[in-house]
Amino acid sequence: MIELKGLTKIFKQNGQEIVALSDVSLHVPRGQIFGILGQSGAGKSTLIRCVNLLERPTAGEVWVDGREITRLSPRELRAARQEMGMIFQQFNLFDARTVFGNVAYPLEVAGWPRQRIWERVEELLALVGLSDKADAYPAQLSGGQKQRVGIARALAPGPKVLLSDEATSALDPDTTRSVLALLREINQRLGLTILLITHQMEVVKQVCDSVAILEGGTVVEQGGVLELIGRPGSRLRELFYEPVGDVAVRIHPEGVRVVLFFVGASADQPLISAMVRRFQVDANIVHGAVERIAGATVGRLLVELTGRPEDIQAALRFLEEQGVSPEVIPHG
Amino acid sequence: MVNLGPMMAKATWETLYMVGAAAFFTLLLGLPLGVLLVITARGGLWEKPGLNRVLGVLVNIGRSTPFVILMVAVTPLTRAIVGSSIGTTAAIVPLVVAAVPFMGRVVEQALHEVSPGLVEAALAMGSTNWQVVTKVLLAEARPSLVRGTALMLVNVVGYSAMAGAIGGGGLGDVAVKWGYARYEMDVMYVSLVILVVMVQVMQWIGDSLANRFTHK
Repeated sequence: MIELKGLTKIFKQNGQEIVALSDVSLHVPRGQIFGILGQSGAGKSTLIRCVNLLERPTAGEVWVDGREITRLSPRELRAARQEMGMIFQQFNLFDARTVFGNVAYPLEVAGWPRQRIWERVEELLALVGLSDKADAYPAQLSGGQKQRVGIARALAPGPKVLLSDEATSALDPDTTRSVLALLREINQRLGLTILLITHQMEVVKQVCDSVAILEGGTVVEQGGVLELIGRPGSRLRELFYEPVGDVAVRIHPEGVRVVLFFVGASADQPLISAMVRRFQVDANIVHGAVERIAGATVGRLLVELTGRPEDIQAALRFLEEQGVSPEVIPHG
Repeated sequence: MVNLGPMMAKATWETLYMVGAAAFFTLLLGLPLGVLLVITARGGLWEKPGLNRVLGVLVNIGRSTPFVILMVAVTPLTRAIVGSSIGTTAAIVPLVVAAVPFMGRVVEQALHEVSPGLVEAALAMGSTNWQVVTKVLLAEARPSLVRGTALMLVNVVGYSAMAGAIGGGGLGDVAVKWGYARYEMDVMYVSLVILVVMVQVMQWIGDSLANRFTHK
């Protein structure tokens, strides 16, 4: 749905060149929620602004729904932008307009007749659960309500793509969860493709199907969230979990410490007990967490295995075969 | 003292006429000027650094020229537009010339207060530059624009008092001619009171309108 090819953006500031994005290529499949994860300064904002050309890339191509956005005339670009909704960290609602007026704005711009605007706005306010706030001004709303208005406004013209610029970063954790749930619902109900940028791992965990990790203006990793979490040594896994040494104490000094990752189906199997039964080893779980990520169960366990070295080796091979990618932590 | 009534009424009317007409043309020219100052600036909607610099210099020249001198300096322009350089109608031209640069800056400042995020959101929704200016910048800045307009009106009332010097008439003229030149202090005080009331009313209307438009 969205394809970025060799995107580069260089800002010139006081005669100095600052490379914000360097040769970024991304593919966002239709109907997915795709997250771009990065620290501030990584180039996320610039990247998402290049998709609807609020920033013009210095080099590279932007394709949305089979059209090269970077080649459109100003008029065509405006039409294309009406097919891409955008929501913002600071909501960017029009203070002088009511909730109704805010949601109506993109429709006015697109030249819809009044009656249809009225119907459409009602429909959207119902979708985001703010029908009773139509006549309120943004200043009278809470942060979560403001972002819901932002979402309704972005969806008003029936876009194919929703761009989300840190939409939950200014919200508290509870509100963040409810706004993310709303995005997920919209994604599933309308089949809308969502590209979001965030610095919050929580956001990736809760709603993203795929993710690209942006560091210093380049994509260091991209792929399905579960696939990357399940891949030993992936950057996502590294960012996702605290280092084991920080979270667990050593109980058996002679035990072999192994980190196990369970993703999807393997998380639902009683692997540890199976291992203990089949091999002459004891397993002591020192630390563990099981979570729902991208709709699947994902867990990380830190286990200390004790027994004869050859039994431990056999147990490790068994775990390897079961696809939980055991990582042995060296003594030290 | 007997004929004070009709004279004051005439002077009040002249002042209202000069100020009203001048304010009308000032808004007509000052709004676009302020908008241009904002959108042609670096990083603006319609970046034109050259034009921006020229406008900026013109505004500064207008703003730094004392009104008494400006009045005389624009005489040829006044004659070209009104046909005469003396009289109440003729006084409107220098008033406008003096107030437009001021209004331009007032509008510029008001529009600068609108968050750039709103402009960005409007562009992201496919707005044309014209739509951004009319539906976002001017609409969002309305409280500041109304306050600025009241400020401009009060300034023009002040300038209009000096316009008496070129036969503009009005309350300022009466106050100077009668009060200052003939020691008719009553006339001067009455003129003064009417001017003060006028300014108060303008400020009051401006403030209440601005409050009505404020939804922050």
